[in-house]
Amino acid sequence: MAVVGQSVPRREDGRLITGRGHYTADVVRPGQLYAVMLRSPHAHARIRSVETGPARSQSGVRAVYTGRDVRERIAPIPTAWIPPGSDLAITEHPALAVDTVRYVGDAVAMVVADSLEAARAARNLIEVDYEVLPAVVSVTDAVREDAPRVHEGVPGNVALHWRAGADVDEAFRTAEVTVHRTIVQQRLIPNPMEPRAAVAEYDPGFESLTLWATSQNPHIHRLLVSTVLGMPEHRVRVIAQDVGGGFGSKIACYPDEVLVAFAARDLRRPVKWVEDRQEHFVATTHGRDHVEEVELAGRRDGTITAIRVKALANLGAYLSTAAPGVPTILFGLVVTGAYDIPQASVEVMGLYTNTTPVDAYRGAGRPEATFLIERLVDAFAAEIGMDPIALRRKNLLRDEQFPYTNAFSITYDSGRYQTALDLALHTLDVPRFREEQEAARLEGRLIGLGVTTYVEMCGLGPSEVAGAVGFQGGLWEHALVRVLPTGKVMVMTGISPHGQGEETTFAQIVAERLGCPLEDIEVIHGDTDQVSMGWGTYGSRSTAVGGGALNMALDRVIDKAGRIAAHALEAAVEDLTFEGGRFAVRGVPDRSLTFPEVALKAHLAWSMPAGVEPGLEAQASYDPANFTYPFGTHAAVVEVDRETGEVKVLRYIAVDDCGPLINPMIVEGQVRGGIVQGIGQALWEGAVYDETGQLLSGSLMDYALPKARFLPPIEVFHTETPSPHNPLGVKGVGETGTIAATPTVVNAVLDALSPLHIKDLEMPFTPERVWRAIRDAEKGAGAR
Amino acid sequence: MSMTPFRYARPMALRDALADLTEHPEARVLAGGMSLLPLMKMDLAAPERLIDLGRVQELQGITETPDGIRIGAMTRHFELASDEVVGRCAPIVAQAAAHVGDPQVRHRGTIGGSLAHADPAADLPAAMLAADAVIEAASADGSRMIPAADFFVGPLVTELRPGEMLVAVRIPMLQGRRQHYEKVPHPASGYAVVGVAISLAVAGGVVQEARIGVTGVAGHAYRAHAAERALEGEGLNPGVIAKASSLAAEGEEILGDAVYASAEYRRHLLQVTLSRALQRVS
Repeated sequence: MAVVGQSVPRREDGRLITGRGHYTADVVRPGQLYAVMLRSPHAHARIRSVETGPARSQSGVRAVYTGRDVRERIAPIPTAWIPPGSDLAITEHPALAVDTVRYVGDAVAMVVADSLEAARAARNLIEVDYEVLPAVVSVTDAVREDAPRVHEGVPGNVALHWRAGADVDEAFRTAEVTVHRTIVQQRLIPNPMEPRAAVAEYDPGFESLTLWATSQNPHIHRLLVSTVLGMPEHRVRVIAQDVGGGFGSKIACYPDEVLVAFAARDLRRPVKWVEDRQEHFVATTHGRDHVEEVELAGRRDGTITAIRVKALANLGAYLSTAAPGVPTILFGLVVTGAYDIPQASVEVMGLYTNTTPVDAYRGAGRPEATFLIERLVDAFAAEIGMDPIALRRKNLLRDEQFPYTNAFSITYDSGRYQTALDLALHTLDVPRFREEQEAARLEGRLIGLGVTTYVEMCGLGPSEVAGAVGFQGGLWEHALVRVLPTGKVMVMTGISPHGQGEETTFAQIVAERLGCPLEDIEVIHGDTDQVSMGWGTYGSRSTAVGGGALNMALDRVIDKAGRIAAHALEAAVEDLTFEGGRFAVRGVPDRSLTFPEVALKAHLAWSMPAGVEPGLEAQASYDPANFTYPFGTHAAVVEVDRETGEVKVLRYIAVDDCGPLINPMIVEGQVRGGIVQGIGQALWEGAVYDETGQLLSGSLMDYALPKARFLPPIEVFHTETPSPHNPLGVKGVGETGTIAATPTVVNAVLDALSPLHIKDLEMPFTPERVWRAIRDAEKGAGAR
Repeated sequence: MSMTPFRYARPMALRDALADLTEHPEARVLAGGMSLLPLMKMDLAAPERLIDLGRVQELQGITETPDGIRIGAMTRHFELASDEVVGRCAPIVAQAAAHVGDPQVRHRGTIGGSLAHADPAADLPAAMLAADAVIEAASADGSRMIPAADFFVGPLVTELRPGEMLVAVRIPMLQGRRQHYEKVPHPASGYAVVGVAISLAVAGGVVQEARIGVTGVAGHAYRAHAAERALEGEGLNPGVIAKASSLAAEGEEILGDAVYASAEYRRHLLQVTLSRALQRVS
């Protein structure tokens, strides 16, 4: 029976849900010390002095480090994405602030002590004399002529200025219809279940360092940490065994893990640091945070002809690891969405502010792009009095247009966009909904429908393209398949799953190809000493790229096993079949060998075919020819409580196409989780700073993550259109939900509010915001 | 997260607990720990001594009295929400208790802890006001009765004096009254953005007596006296409900926050919530 395509229960769950996982915070090393960070309470201040004497003299305190102490010994924290032509203004990011703190949460000192209590108590004794400076918080503040400078050497706070596309001014001048919107993509705080943590241990004999860290990409961490600490890369081992979610926030190399590693080397003792939730809110990267002016041009018949986007992106106080690529490459090149829009122009200003650095957050740029085009399409439909679904259908890419190259020279691999749209509409029964909506409106009730047709560029990605767009790394992936003498299989993969379930899906791929039971397969990841190389898990790349590498390595294992089997069976390789884990001579089924029998022969090597080495192991590095482009249609029905402004999601339908499903249950889990997060942005989540740069929504008591009870059951459907360039045909599914759900729910709410002529609202749609809009509309109507 | 070190006492008898508190007036009394422990973990509270009431037998249990019920301070929210006696004699209390936190919190948190903590957005204070409960406070010198209407003084501030602890709550018999707790929970914290507890004595379609407890919108839970007066002597018709609801904030300073709900919105939401609660029992 086929294993691929089955909803096999997640093999990692047993250990994770019974408390037997190996999270970084679970690591206990003999003699370990505990580190805590003293963080700035001010968004922007000059450090006049740091008095550490009383803290140092506390019993149990091993060290107190300040910015001045480590400045010569830890190189600045680097950024790893330098988009060409963006004039990226790279500024020094010291591991501990030296003269100036630039955001609430900026680390000023690290205390290392025998116990966490001692470290915390000593931290309270450190006295920092701050001269508070005016802070820049929002992008609109940052671009003001009289705005304070976040970094002295960066005039106008402009971190980058990036353009793509062509001049569309003529298209807009001559257009029959144009629509314009101002979009505020509010800032989000990732909040994975597990906050960040790091444990470092230095071996003075081998002069080597082991760093357990909450990482989505341990090999990138190895590279960056070794560089920053001036240690040879081969003497640094990074382990990220079990990681409790990341949503992009564990891609970056932060000061914290570098400081912990530094302290372990300096003190010759293991050092452990675990971020608490409060700290997570200010010290881990945030997501989104754009203000955009967006426009669409087209004809009265509904044909869209051009799009123009001008975005201000808040990058926070320092350039985080992938930050410069998120609001540029991952955003700007896909703003045309799933539509055939011939002309497009994007201009992005990335700005420094006195806020927590902003980096990738689930979807990273593509949710922002999808949101704006989906809002514009609805606005355009309203402007010309056309049904927004009909407008989408008219402009959606047609099957015969694939592969389709968009206005930014991005080539979408494959798609059947209309099919996904049809399935969603059929499930929804739009005519019946419109009748219900009409009836509800007569009763004074406000219900609405939002439909989003989206495409995502993911499966990152071709390394040549990575280089061309300034990503300071490759995006290929590596896999090693090691068959043991008993036929058991170990897979070492360079991806680093942290909740996505590849220990299961990759085992399914192996079981399918080798015909062995899942129990015979171990998938190993998250350890730079066990896995030779890899670029990690983000950008919905793990199965599309890591799975591709695995598939290639399996080809090689099967090829070699076949030659050994043929030799043993005294047959030609071409005359062998390999099915259900058994090599057989074609037409002579009783002349056969099982895969474990061949594995044993390979290892005994008593009789090998000429030119074939003993053992049975193969590795492969797969560099994809293109990104992959999952797509789909999402639809939501919502009701707005006219009196309170509260929004209730009544129904949510998702049709996604991520190519063939290796494990439908895991895919559904990814889809549902993503949708909930996407709706979270629409309705509940949003970082709120005051004008001095204090984070007001700084805890889970204030920052509303969606809860299960907030939402109805989500109806999940799939169409399956393989990617033609990917060996498994798979496209990636980790981010589609966050990309599609936000505009779907926002458009549904605005549809519900359309009788009141409310055209736009800022996210999140809190009850108060919606209530104010309704009240203002009703007042306005009364005044007319 | 870790806490600042503290001394810990776990008396077995109320007398010992009160003696300990007299001897250490700076000590904090620990009930279910659902509010105090998070404050300590966040370094917002650092008591030098905790007196854990978990083993004090006299503080446990719900008993029927001739004129109502007496609820021991250490009674958990889950018990309040599911207890047969509370459900029969004081349904409003059971209903409000079912709204507290989540199942884990309801199994740990206690009525005494919640009331003595006096979070301005907690559920039980509103129910106590509507129930016209009496708080039984004890110290080494003896005990006294504090009407719920006088008990809540400000954010996290009650009428309890140093050396005094809340030992029980007395609820008069509410059977036969129309009662309901209507809550709009904060999506992050689950606390009340607005919570309204009503208890009405209705005879012949006319409200004889109304008690309305409001939580979430002011510095402490309060009785909406103006709204109560607007109901008394009237039938529960839409006009009366609208009038009473519009008076829910009368004489109170309504507070807002910068993240989720302004004072203006809370004031509006209070009116809608009271109106819905009244419609529910009309």
